Amino acid sequence: MPEITSRRGLLFGAAAVSAGALITGCTSNEPSESKDAPAGNDQPAADDKPGKQVTIGFAGPQADHGWLNAINDNAKSRAEKYSDVTLEITEGSNDTAQQIGQIETLINKKVDVLVVLPADGKALTQVGLKAMRAGIPVVNLDRVFNTPQAYRCWIGGDNYGMGLNAGHYIGEKLKGKSGARVIELAGLDNLELTKQRTQGFDDALKNYPNIKKVARQAAEFTVESGQAKMAQLLQAQSKFDALWNHDDDQGVGALRAIEQAGRDDFLMVGGAGALSAFQAIKQDDGVLKATVLYPPTMAASAIDLARALGQSKGIGGLAEFEIPSSLTLYSAVVDKTNIDQYMSTGFK
Amino acid sequence: MTQPVSPPLDSSTDKVPPARPPAWRGLLIRADVRTLSLLGVLAVLIVIGGITKPDEFLDTRNLQLVLTQASVIGVVTVGMTFVIVSGGIDLSVGAIVALASVWATTVATQEYGFAGILFTAVVVGVGCGLVNGVLIAYGAMVPFIATLAMLASARGLSLQITDGRTQIVTVPSVLDLGERDAYVLGIPPLVMVFAVVTVIGWLVLNRTTFGRRTVAVGGNPEAARLAGIDVRRQRLYLYLLSGLCCGIAAFLLIVLAGSGQNTNGNLYELDAIAAAIIGGTLLTGGRGTITGSVLGVLIFTTITNIFALNNLQSDVQQIAKGAIIVAAVLVQRRTASTT
Repeated sequence: MPEITSRRGLLFGAAAVSAGALITGCTSNEPSESKDAPAGNDQPAADDKPGKQVTIGFAGPQADHGWLNAINDNAKSRAEKYSDVTLEITEGSNDTAQQIGQIETLINKKVDVLVVLPADGKALTQVGLKAMRAGIPVVNLDRVFNTPQAYRCWIGGDNYGMGLNAGHYIGEKLKGKSGARVIELAGLDNLELTKQRTQGFDDALKNYPNIKKVARQAAEFTVESGQAKMAQLLQAQSKFDALWNHDDDQGVGALRAIEQAGRDDFLMVGGAGALSAFQAIKQDDGVLKATVLYPPTMAASAIDLARALGQSKGIGGLAEFEIPSSLTLYSAVVDKTNIDQYMSTGFK
Repeated sequence: MTQPVSPPLDSSTDKVPPARPPAWRGLLIRADVRTLSLLGVLAVLIVIGGITKPDEFLDTRNLQLVLTQASVIGVVTVGMTFVIVSGGIDLSVGAIVALASVWATTVATQEYGFAGILFTAVVVGVGCGLVNGVLIAYGAMVPFIATLAMLASARGLSLQITDGRTQIVTVPSVLDLGERDAYVLGIPPLVMVFAVVTVIGWLVLNRTTFGRRTVAVGGNPEAARLAGIDVRRQRLYLYLLSGLCCGIAAFLLIVLAGSGQNTNGNLYELDAIAAAIIGGTLLTGGRGTITGSVLGVLIFTTITNIFALNNLQSDVQQIAKGAIIVAAVLVQRRTASTT
């Protein structure tokens, strides 16, 4: 019978305990500088005066990515800003069945308005319909339900527009350069939004006959995949003029690969609007010259819309009596010229 | 390793057949055929790469790139090979890499610099391996279940630690290790670590009592126990070893990607298992080689490289990867049965 031997075991145990203690000391994630206030607070709301009490149910995604995390932060901080809003928030989930269950719980709790960023828009359409039939208006955030019957209002980003604006930005920068070569580092290929971003990019490039897209590789929205795919692209394309990268999170890895390969002979445009990308653009000492926004502040706007819905108000100065049925955000290009305006919206 | 050999429990011990040298030798020859067939596959790939993209593929920088990209998963695969040879499985490797990498890149850890990051990554890896090992060896849990539980909780913990954020590394000494300036005689430091781990792994599996015990436990645990091997302790050490490899791999990944993210090491478990199996390791245990596993990793990395150089899209890449796994295993079965 193997007895855990006395002395060796003791020594090992002691070592494990002390190592554990050291690790625990290393767990803190609090940066030395104070945390920046989430971005949502900086933008004016339609109407800040307290009104009727509204309970908003929020079913968000699992925050396993910088942008999704920013979505949850924006929703929470905007709701806290209003004294007349109570936010009932469910644990974020990427699991369709789990999210359906969470939304049903919010319906049973009889919240006044629902804000849902579905893990999968199509799969969650039924529960959206169920909420609407129960008399709870739904604000559908970003990933769109299958039918407009399942939501009162949709608000989200413009993936096609992201590609379009990135393409136009690159097109203008390379204007007059004959035989210009462009490459694309796309996001997760099995997402519809990736196809839309690529489609927009290709459509924009059609306006510039001097530019040819010579390569496209899909990464997985992660730093690791961004580094790996970019390293390959750099090896495959010894010479090109511009790169569009769909996502700033994987862009951290892509930039690392570019640095490791010692390349600086092209311009890079990112996507989404991460703080690290903004900082790199502002410093202007690398290839990253611009990023196309897909602003997570849309979650704060969704809370605004939900509140207006709950109080049966419109949006002052824009749509006076009712909120619109859909709102598509603009995918602005942020470069050195306007970076200061957007810096506070950058997500970590 | 000197371990107390427990006395035989009953007199039936002498019925157990002793180790047969001829079988060993036969195994060696067969392993060589396998290694040769893998080298053949690799050679074919190199020819394909050379024909389709001569300038980009047959280039020193590309060789450095392929080996660098093989390093992280390669180190994980060496550990995985030991576990599979012993008849076990470690589904938690990817999650352990993720946890070790995010724990080692927290703001607090980065304040301790290079040593703090390296130490934390390795200790977290070993710690997770220890938990796996204790659950499997002394808790009598099936490896599949124990490591599946570790997969879930390590991923959860890394998400909790990062809060979904990408933890960018700001320690220059760590980052410099991934730069071209750090190459010695054209060899990236990451590749050197991979090579050292491979050589040590090969020596341990083929030239030590520990290695022989691993094979014995995988071949027939009951016979191994009767032959005086402390099977449980052996299993504990094997999962520790796998965890250690994950910790090292996590550090390499931090150097490579310059950050820690909870999505790190995604699907490493499948890649490592696939590489080991292509390399000729039996999923049922008792047989396997480090050389084969490492060749398996190199084959996968080379394929990915050729795909990317030829600008193939990810759907095509996935289909081809699946087809190659099937083909490699079929070829091996053929070579195994003819020798």
